[in-house]
Amino acid sequence: MYNFTFHRPTTVRQAAGLLARNPDGKLLAGGHSLLPVMKQRLAQPSALVDLSLVEGMTGVELKGRSVVIGAMTRHADVAKSDVLKEVMPGLAAVPGSVGDPQVRNRGTIGGSIANNDPNADYPAACLGLGATIITNKRRIAADDFFQGMYTTALEDGEIIVKVSFPIAKKAAYEKFKHPASGFALVGVFVSKRGSDIRVAVTGAGSEGVFRVPTFEEALKKRFTAKSIEGMTIPATGMNSDIHASPEYRAHLVSVLTKRALNKANA
Amino acid sequence: MATVSMTVNGKAVTGDVEPRTLLVQFLRENLRLTGTHVGCDTSQCGACVIHLDGIAAKACTTLALQCEGASITTIEGLAEPDGKLHPMQEAFREHHGLQCGYCTPGMIMSALDIVRRNGNNLDEHTIRDQLDGNICRCTGYHNIVKAIEAGAKAMAK
Repeated sequence: MYNFTFHRPTTVRQAAGLLARNPDGKLLAGGHSLLPVMKQRLAQPSALVDLSLVEGMTGVELKGRSVVIGAMTRHADVAKSDVLKEVMPGLAAVPGSVGDPQVRNRGTIGGSIANNDPNADYPAACLGLGATIITNKRRIAADDFFQGMYTTALEDGEIIVKVSFPIAKKAAYEKFKHPASGFALVGVFVSKRGSDIRVAVTGAGSEGVFRVPTFEEALKKRFTAKSIEGMTIPATGMNSDIHASPEYRAHLVSVLTKRALNKANA
Repeated sequence: MATVSMTVNGKAVTGDVEPRTLLVQFLRENLRLTGTHVGCDTSQCGACVIHLDGIAAKACTTLALQCEGASITTIEGLAEPDGKLHPMQEAFREHHGLQCGYCTPGMIMSALDIVRRNGNNLDEHTIRDQLDGNICRCTGYHNIVKAIEAGAKAMAK
């Protein structure tokens, strides 16, 4: 790891100030994506601004018809939140599928979303529920936030403070876990909130998380696996690596969407 | 260099470290607590698992400076001062829950976290599922699972 300066602010304002003074600096949340990348010397931030002491950035809260999760809330704490399990078990199941127990004890929702790993789980949940990402500067709709592999709408000095998820009556996540890494080879989040139907896919697309408009349209009539029976998505634009071909990933999208629909309707 | 202070196995410790110093390096090289191992150094194998404020974490993916003011427990902190083993350590010995022993400290620290999260009555499926973040390259999982089940029960006594 290249060396850096280390800072531990206690307010979002201080953190933003530190980022402004260190243009090549990076925010440190749980550190379970950033530190491994730094150890491989693939990233060389001049400064790390550790958010763990910043007040008011943790917790899962019910606010009207939404669930609001603090950006520094660890995966393990989201997974075991009684409030969330009660109102939207489909979302509560997402952090429980990330990595392994020790990773879930450290990794955070804000860190996962800001990193926008093309195989990460939370981006699918955000896009699949139409979440709003709330930063120190503005509110960003999930549809505008994820902009391709490791790329988001976040500007320099912008800090995710919380994420607001509208409560969907039906919501579920289905994931084909890579057996070694635990990442989603393909993961599909489906939801139905009134007439808003969403199918969001992670792991498969070479540009990161995406929605499947053809499936969403077909599900408008009836939100069941039967509605998309026989439908497929093209393999163009799917990831290709030693783990799976584009065709296999496209196939998994259909299979997992149907499984997620069955789970959401169970 | 920066100064870091934390509590390790109940004792207040202070050390000078570079910001990039990992917790596992601080434990092993500054404090000479070499029971916490470095296996893969990529947060996968779990040989470096310690408890950070009571919760299992991988010390190879944590900076020492992130632990300023924290309370750390390592494998060296489990036995009684007179050398009497912790019930989970005793269960690993009793059930021969190790072959080469390299993964054992991490296995035991993770086992205690499984008990913290799931209670003292653990079934095989839960244990195997929750050991996802610990790898035994000797593949000696069978006795490890038996040891954790027995150790968890012994801890309730």
